Amino acid sequence: MSAKLELVCPAGGLPALKTAVDHGADCVYAGFRDETNARNFNGLNFDDKALAEGVKYAHDRSARVLIALNTFPQASNWSRWTAAVDRAAGHGVDAVILADMGLMDYAANKHPNLRLHLSVQGSATNYEAINFYRERFGIQRAVLPRVLSLAQVEQVIQNTPVEIEIFGFGGLCVMVEGRCALSAYATGTSPNCQGACSPGKSVRWEQTPQGMETRLNGILIDKFADGERAGYPTLCKGRFEVDDETYYAIEEPTSLNTIEMLPELMRIGVRAIKIEGRQRSPAYVAQVTQVWREAIDSCQRDAAHFAPKAGWMAELNKVSEGQSHTLGAYYRPWK
Amino acid sequence: MKISLGPPLYYWPRQQMLDFYAEVAAMPVDVVYVGETVCSRRHELRLEDWLDVAAKLRDAGKEVVLSTLTLIESESDLKALRRAATTEFLIEANEMGAVRLCADAKRKFVAGPTLNVFGPETLRLLGDMGATRWVLPPEATREMLAGLQAGRPAGMETEVFAHGRLPLAYSARCFTARRFNLQKDSCEFKCIDYPAGMDLKTREGEAFLTINGVQTQSAKNYNLQGELPQLVADGVDIVRISPEHAGTRALVEQFRAVLDGAAAPAVASDDCNGFWYGKPGLELIRA
Repeated sequence: MSAKLELVCPAGGLPALKTAVDHGADCVYAGFRDETNARNFNGLNFDDKALAEGVKYAHDRSARVLIALNTFPQASNWSRWTAAVDRAAGHGVDAVILADMGLMDYAANKHPNLRLHLSVQGSATNYEAINFYRERFGIQRAVLPRVLSLAQVEQVIQNTPVEIEIFGFGGLCVMVEGRCALSAYATGTSPNCQGACSPGKSVRWEQTPQGMETRLNGILIDKFADGERAGYPTLCKGRFEVDDETYYAIEEPTSLNTIEMLPELMRIGVRAIKIEGRQRSPAYVAQVTQVWREAIDSCQRDAAHFAPKAGWMAELNKVSEGQSHTLGAYYRPWK
Repeated sequence: MKISLGPPLYYWPRQQMLDFYAEVAAMPVDVVYVGETVCSRRHELRLEDWLDVAAKLRDAGKEVVLSTLTLIESESDLKALRRAATTEFLIEANEMGAVRLCADAKRKFVAGPTLNVFGPETLRLLGDMGATRWVLPPEATREMLAGLQAGRPAGMETEVFAHGRLPLAYSARCFTARRFNLQKDSCEFKCIDYPAGMDLKTREGEAFLTINGVQTQSAKNYNLQGELPQLVADGVDIVRISPEHAGTRALVEQFRAVLDGAAAPAVASDDCNGFWYGKPGLELIRA
């Protein structure tokens, strides 16, 4: 087995960052308080003061800080993204996670010692694409979109020197990240440009005689009978009608959980596991980081006899969307 | 202003596809994109067939571009891409693996609509790598286009998706197969029964999206006919019309007539153009 498998945890704010570090994260990832990152939600993310404190807290405890600048700048706001790269570099972060080629070029030229990661928003699903970003901009790690089977992930790893990070747990994007304009179509808020999907400002919860209805910009995403748990109306996780059949036409409200695949992920050379959820609470971060730390350590001690503990799965299911989990595309029949 | 016909997004039976392109040869379009961009499992026409179609269109005086897959996952997808990149035809690169192959081979290419060209710095880099034309991402606004046009490299052509159901999202999962409780690997090619995709409605019966295999489209037609004078003023070189199994010829002729000042724009009340105005894409703003 080659290098150690790293645990990369979400930090929506300073409390979550500290919690992740305290519970065993090797890296935390975070963003600034604007549309330069793909979790541009009210009350989340870092200003300079918080980031300075966060970087010091993490570095003092041998953890690393990655800054996501993974949305797409335009002519009218280019300087906001370049300033964000400069700020991240100035804080001494350990890497920036980028999606836009223009911004990679800027970062590589302006900060040649700053480590670059290719964001999942870069939509690179094969080694030709990943090697392209390496040759042109020197990226050292790529985060894969949640669309590849395990065999396809292995194929990528065998054909690139770039470290591969995959999503291991959390909310599940069914669409190729960076290639989804559903939220922009329905609400005008684009993950690619504004850094948010199915934004809270467009959500309406309406109790009606027929039950609870959830809407996005007026569009009915789902309705729930009394006693049914009404989930947040993420656009792709609603119930719709196709051919007179009503069902979760795109995906159920469920979370990704790959813990049972850990020995395989290590064997094929995955370098880092990413936990989704910068929008989640520090309590979520604590719970998930702790379980995954224990699982990775256990697997690294003895992969041959690794089995997920029932307690881990129960803890993780408690914080999962829809209280259920899936292996997603890593398990080929999911597709 | 040139008119292009975008790549065919649906899976039509072989003869229907061949008949369609025989008809395209006589349509007033300047540029025709051919090839499969949505799903690597579709095989009614293989690369050789597409090259035959391309050659016939070229002989009919069309500029032909071979479009490539948007989502490349497997080694066999990459093999198909490498073969496509060695033909005589210009390639439309729809993901960065294709850009790499073209740039390394010093081949000119079209930077397709899924490359996420939102800023001029990215456009400049693509120009350095060999792109001679780029397609605005459908979700981009007129304001973003203006910023890109101002920084566009010399000689780079600009193309804008101007009519058709909007390709909004791509997945590894096939939603057509899912409708029939089938796995993608054994999908029985159900999408061949839906030449215009499957309608996805809300539980109030409102048309919302269109399922087309691994691609999700809008239910509404994006229609920039009313904005054609703006596109001309913005220096757009080509407007793209997305092919449909019926009515494509009339649509192309209508666009040509509007561009030539011979007809008024025809915009239906259930069309949309919100993206152009920086609004939710499904809205319709009257120009």
